[in-house]
Amino acid sequence: MADTDPVVSLDNVVVEYGRNRALNGVTAAFSAGAVGLLGPNGAGKSTMIKSLLGFIAPAQGQMRVLGLDVATSPIDIRARIGYMPENDAHIPGLTAVQFVSYCGELAGLPRADATQRAHEVLYYVGLGEARYRTVDTYSTGMKQRIKLAQALVHDPDLLFLDEPTNGMDPKGRDEMLELVRDLAHNKNVNLILSSHVLPDVEYVCDRVVVLDKGKIAAAGPIDALKQPRGRMYELRVKTHDGLEAFFDRLKAAGMECHFTDEDVVRVFVPGDGGARDLFGVAAAEGVQVRHLRPSVPTLEDVFAHAVGED
Amino acid sequence: MPIHDQGYRRYEGSKARGRAWFVIFSTSVRSMMGSRRWIVLMIASWIQFIVRAVQFYIAANFSQASVVAPTAATFRDFFDKQDLFVFLVTISLGAAAIAEDRRANALQIYLSKPLTRLEYIFGKLSVLMAFLLFITWVPAMLLLVVEIAFTGSFSFLTSNLHLIPAITLFALIEVLMVSMCILALSSLSTNSRFVGILFTALIFFSDALYGVMRAVTGGTSVSWIAFGNNLAQVGDAIFRVPLRYETPWFVSLAVVLALIGVSAVILERRIRGVEIVA
Repeated sequence: MADTDPVVSLDNVVVEYGRNRALNGVTAAFSAGAVGLLGPNGAGKSTMIKSLLGFIAPAQGQMRVLGLDVATSPIDIRARIGYMPENDAHIPGLTAVQFVSYCGELAGLPRADATQRAHEVLYYVGLGEARYRTVDTYSTGMKQRIKLAQALVHDPDLLFLDEPTNGMDPKGRDEMLELVRDLAHNKNVNLILSSHVLPDVEYVCDRVVVLDKGKIAAAGPIDALKQPRGRMYELRVKTHDGLEAFFDRLKAAGMECHFTDEDVVRVFVPGDGGARDLFGVAAAEGVQVRHLRPSVPTLEDVFAHAVGED
Repeated sequence: MPIHDQGYRRYEGSKARGRAWFVIFSTSVRSMMGSRRWIVLMIASWIQFIVRAVQFYIAANFSQASVVAPTAATFRDFFDKQDLFVFLVTISLGAAAIAEDRRANALQIYLSKPLTRLEYIFGKLSVLMAFLLFITWVPAMLLLVVEIAFTGSFSFLTSNLHLIPAITLFALIEVLMVSMCILALSSLSTNSRFVGILFTALIFFSDALYGVMRAVTGGTSVSWIAFGNNLAQVGDAIFRVPLRYETPWFVSLAVVLALIGVSAVILERRIRGVEIVA
């Protein structure tokens, strides 16, 4: 496999749960490095990862991981990947070091090497002091870390991380992201980070694939996707008739707008008209513009645009 | 200093393939041997062997005690008497074997490693079968050795040469059937206690049902209803001792094989990396 080849590729993949199509003709390529798999809940992110692991057989299409066909070489693939599942998962009754060492042995490491690496990896993920405790007694944040440790112990070429910061407190979340970022950028581990938390993906990844309703909504380098095809503004307005009519008018004029957490509306104005177009609509609707500030598109804007959110 | 600066290094050693089932086996055996209660159960399972060995010694050395001299039926009886320990070991080890993995979502951890579903099942099965053979086949074969050692002759063995394949075949059939059944039940639940109760209930309920049917029909031709009866009937046929039920032995064998088959189908369907509710 050449360095420029994608580590994961999907060609017209369809995955069905009964009548429901979880993946609907997905064609995508994940290049080497850190790639984010973004999408709202139910978009098909976990289904895609589980299909790539060979847990779910697609109804149609072909998938390749590290140059190997998922349909014919699932065991060869699993020997070279690490998987951190979304939900709580461990082998009951074992201490952390036994659990991680056991996972290393299952992946083919000799027992002595597996034990040695288990200690190292547990220190790396910040569980060094707790490595002789049984995993059943771990907190949610610690369980997230040990899931990462078991995925890393055999030194995989590619890591699948499914919502790695789920249920973690802010400090733990930052530390987890720092670890994942370090793996991707300093340890040269290819990884696919599935998440619906945009700042997490933006912090760790260089590229994203946005999935929505089982289809690819956008894909590419984050910086390129954030390149403006118009201008982005932050806006605060006052109106007597409510904001709905104003927003409808903005949308009718081809602008995209969505609320942020701070009662500010972010409006994307396509073309070269910029603020003049925005003022024009506001004037026509009798709306007072109280605050207007140029902004740069964020990954959130890219995501909102891709999945069609307001 | 951030924790991750303590380092992560790439692994440059070799990775073996195709031994994942043995990793499951050896880790489980080590884990069980670390349990004092388990050791006590194993020792208790060998008490009958010691009693039988004493019996063989007395029969070999005291002519007045020739009435307790071993026959082929003695070995058949040995297996019957071991049933309690087979049951206890099966419940203790088998009920949790897959149920606990399902409760902790461990299947997706296992199956994300380079092992197949078959290897996972074989790993779990091998642990259970190894311990069950350790309390059935191993002591039965050792009893043969003990008999030769105490009498100082091979005459018993040469006149009962069929005992070696009989002990081996019956031990394998018994151990395989109970192991497959408990693993199949274990794969159906996330609660190992429930699995243990279900296994016990199935044995006792089927036996009680047979008791009722025997009272109604006045014969033992419906013995195949009870799981244990089928094993007993097959065992009698293998050891060439009089059959205890009217049911043909091949019908009992068919039921045993059907139970193993159904268990295999259940395991094939339940052992998956992801649970899909369509």
